Amino acid sequence: MKRREFLLSAALGAAALAAPTVPRAATSTLKVGTYGGYFKDSFDKFIYPDFTAATGIEIESIAEPTGEAWLVQLSQAARAGQAPADVSMMAQLPRIKGERSGLWAKLDADKMSKIAALPDHFVHRYEDGSVYGTGAVSWYITLVTNTDAYPEAPTSWQALWDPANKDKLGLMSLATNSFLLEITASTHFGGTDILKTEEGILKVMEKLAEVKPNVRLWYRDEGQFQQALETGEIPMGEYYHDVTSLAASQGKPVRSTFPQEGAVLDSGSWVVSKASSALEQSQIFIDYMAQPEIQAKMSRNVGTAPTVPRDLTDLTDEEFASVSSDQAPILPLYDIYVDRGDWINQKWSEMITG
Amino acid sequence: MRATPGWVGLWPALMLAIFFLVPFGIMLAVSVSHRDPAGAFIPGFELTHYARFLSAFFAKVMAVSVGVSVAAAAICVVLAFPFTVFLASMSHRTQTVALVVLLSVLSLSEVIIGFSLSTLLSKTAGISNLFYWLGLIAEPRAYTPSLFALVTGLCYIGFPFAVLVLYPPVSRLDPEIVEAARVMGASASRAFFGVVVPNLRGAIVGAFILVFVFTLGSYLLPQLLGRSEDWTLSVHITDQAIYQTNLPFAAAMSIFLMLVALALVGLASLAGRQRRAA
Repeated sequence: MKRREFLLSAALGAAALAAPTVPRAATSTLKVGTYGGYFKDSFDKFIYPDFTAATGIEIESIAEPTGEAWLVQLSQAARAGQAPADVSMMAQLPRIKGERSGLWAKLDADKMSKIAALPDHFVHRYEDGSVYGTGAVSWYITLVTNTDAYPEAPTSWQALWDPANKDKLGLMSLATNSFLLEITASTHFGGTDILKTEEGILKVMEKLAEVKPNVRLWYRDEGQFQQALETGEIPMGEYYHDVTSLAASQGKPVRSTFPQEGAVLDSGSWVVSKASSALEQSQIFIDYMAQPEIQAKMSRNVGTAPTVPRDLTDLTDEEFASVSSDQAPILPLYDIYVDRGDWINQKWSEMITG
Repeated sequence: MRATPGWVGLWPALMLAIFFLVPFGIMLAVSVSHRDPAGAFIPGFELTHYARFLSAFFAKVMAVSVGVSVAAAAICVVLAFPFTVFLASMSHRTQTVALVVLLSVLSLSEVIIGFSLSTLLSKTAGISNLFYWLGLIAEPRAYTPSLFALVTGLCYIGFPFAVLVLYPPVSRLDPEIVEAARVMGASASRAFFGVVVPNLRGAIVGAFILVFVFTLGSYLLPQLLGRSEDWTLSVHITDQAIYQTNLPFAAAMSIFLMLVALALVGLASLAGRQRRAA
């Protein structure tokens, strides 16, 4: 995911200082995969050493490739009885695809008392009710603006459709990473339920197609958009709340707004390959990561939104606002992209970016 | 001394077979395999991916790809040919310096070229501010993303190739041919178009084909400099291969792109051959 690569350059200083895990006497080793770059470096530096100190389990940190390549590698390795990583952080689409093919090991929820703090949508279960994963990190996609070009912050996603914003928007280029279908449905159709049928999706796409005259850039490369946003070249768009907040705190003329319809809450989850022989340690790791104080530590050091309710954490208002919001989020309908992915992508190419 | 034995020629042939034909064969096999939504593909034989490509939408995308590359190739050749003729008339030293500068352009990555051009053509920091300062335009404006920006970027990449293909035959062209034409009363432009250009038509077609094929595979510049309607087939192949993990469809599209490229290259070289026969 480009997002991580970008975060890397945004926080190059922190990443450059990342120290390797200090070797110490440990009873066992757990291979944990996170996205290579900023995420892996931050986890290596801020999270894993304390985990090893608390549990005696050594972490072998693995850099995952971007996109769904890691899912393909895990499933092919599992067929050969291998696990390139025991625990992996997965985006939601590959997480669901792995669930459908039974790739993830079933976990013993009784041995993971701390995951009870997680909301239901962050505890992933097979159809028979058995737990196979939990929410690891989450982040918001918000409406961002250049403060020089827009002295007043917009309040609604409606701004994307405003004829006054002709040729001023930067939006992500894929249905599966922009979540613009969910945004459109929440803004114009009273919620995302309409996306549960093909006719509904087409209606939403027709509405979304109306923004096309306003879009200057459908971006794949996040660095390209952030640079254009900071210079005011492309003064409005959708982007990541945490990165925008970081840029704003460094004095860049940008702001991130949680629109009244809500911002999009996307996330990554911990799952365990069924080929892993370290199920015990994996459960300890996943349970450890679900603790509110670890979630708060990640919010402070990695810039992710906590997966547990805010009142369980000790985050200050300012710390919380820089990564999250109390407002109800727009939750992506990941299942529709798994069930009808090719169809949605084809229609998206024809109607939205075509 | 004995001539180099003939079997030495087999070595490149073998390498070509291993590193070109085998990957191509794999791509062919993937393009007819079954898509597994879990991310991989299942070996098999089906033509669904080719069928999916045969639609008005992808016909349009293919037309954009070919059109953009033909435009870039034509512009490169039109600019590079007189440039090369002019360069060949310069001193050896100047020629060397010019060629080294051109070669150094080849060492730049597409990303750097794309970002540089998007800054140069931007509203906030770009060349339009100079035009505005000179009073040529009412206010600074952005020239990117646009078809113009995209073709400019592709020409930036293609131009050195065109010069490098044209340079050897141009520098070998006997200047007495031109002199003979001038002595017989041809004007300078008439001598250029009536004598120099026909003599070098093979090299011109060669340069055109090279730039065309080279720019046809570009997938970064269309994203950095083009609007979404300017996205080439290569962009859609990248989308399918990397973001949708639909390798069979990506492979099928690649094969279509290759067939179209081969057909156009064949047509162009046929045109070159007919001239020689005439």
